[in-house]
Amino acid sequence: MNVEIDQEGCVAAGQCVLAAPEVFDQRDEDGVAVLLREPLADEYAATREAALLCPARAIVLSE
Amino acid sequence: MERVVVVGASAAGSTTAQTLRREGFAGAITVIGDEPHLPYDRPPLSKQVLLGSWPAERTSFGPSTTYAEQGIDLRLGSRAAGLDLSRRVVELATGEEVGWDHLVVATGVQPLRLREGHHLDGVHVLRTLDDAVALRKSLADASAVVVVGAGFLGSETTAAARQLGCEVTLVDLAPAPMAVQLGAELGWMVAELHAAHGVRVLGGSGVTRLLGESAVEGVELADGSVVKADAVLVAVGSRPATDWLEASGLPCRDGVLCEEAPAGVHAAGDVARWTSARFGVSLRLEHRFNATEQAVCAARRIAGQEIAFDPVPYFWTDQYDARIQVYGVVPPDARLVVVQGDPSARKFLAHYVSGGRVSAVLGWNMPRELRSERALLTAI
Repeated sequence: MNVEIDQEGCVAAGQCVLAAPEVFDQRDEDGVAVLLREPLADEYAATREAALLCPARAIVLSE
Repeated sequence: MERVVVVGASAAGSTTAQTLRREGFAGAITVIGDEPHLPYDRPPLSKQVLLGSWPAERTSFGPSTTYAEQGIDLRLGSRAAGLDLSRRVVELATGEEVGWDHLVVATGVQPLRLREGHHLDGVHVLRTLDDAVALRKSLADASAVVVVGAGFLGSETTAAARQLGCEVTLVDLAPAPMAVQLGAELGWMVAELHAAHGVRVLGGSGVTRLLGESAVEGVELADGSVVKADAVLVAVGSRPATDWLEASGLPCRDGVLCEEAPAGVHAAGDVARWTSARFGVSLRLEHRFNATEQAVCAARRIAGQEIAFDPVPYFWTDQYDARIQVYGVVPPDARLVVVQGDPSARKFLAHYVSGGRVSAVLGWNMPRELRSERALLTAI
């Protein structure tokens, strides 16, 4: 699974971190989402949930 | 084959359809939308689109091929005019009927208008992409702008117009901007933010009428004074788009009453009203994140999952360099307690306390820290 974050579109809601804390974090200064690392197989479901819930649809997954 | 019909093709409608496919729903999905545009996102309309930092197309949720590939029948420029619950059909304005086994009402809201004056050139409301493009054009030529209504749309538009170099007067019946949504104390901080950017903020001011012959020239206030304007945004709230449901018998009272809807009928987004067990109140939220959460829930229920809907609401507003974010529900009587940072530095966290408990947490330019505060609400 490849994860891309559109950081310009990100609205810093942090919902991705709530859904998949192992995969996403927020920058200290502005809360914009960052990728900690590519998700492991058992984190795919949580990563998909993060992409689904993102209120800016700023997470694009390719599987 | 099972048929799902989604009425409304914005965030809630498109998310419902796409989540159904993700959850493996194999039946027919039809999405009916009255706008001509492919589904698009609304929050950027009052921010990036007005500022011109994003072209209007960037708000799109994706090309038409995405829907075709997912087997979603997207009917754009198509208005639902009625609903027959016994025959399970949606009636379109053209007279055509679309049958369903599951219906999702996601028709959103319509902006309220002043009693008169909307025929004047330069007077706008802001709900759709076309509205935003027209307002942007008006702001580009305007020197004096009046924004009537200081909620989310009015306050964000004020910030955008100011950043575009317009003179802006922000008028509201409430004492301070966003006071209705976030309480008076926070409202004063928002008022100061706008004043610091050179906006004339007039709280406690009613508007009696818009002046002008063919184009708007000014706004007359309740005290008789006139504010000169060559562009006006009327952002005085909205009402659920449920006119088309009036004759159907579907229970509506300021929104579709989700718990009272018959089996097979769902609602999502700005139009949906439900009872929050977590907060003990009836809620109808015009917030972007709620549209996603309700749409996902509706889709999963249709796909056969028995899941509860009891979220911690989340919303945000961006004005100038201020990003204000809130988790929870802000009751009118809540007290604002700053718990970290400093409001005068415009970087702080606060709790809304009501009835001895924290019912919402607010962050002003502290997104990362705010997320940890959310845990206070999940314990409720």
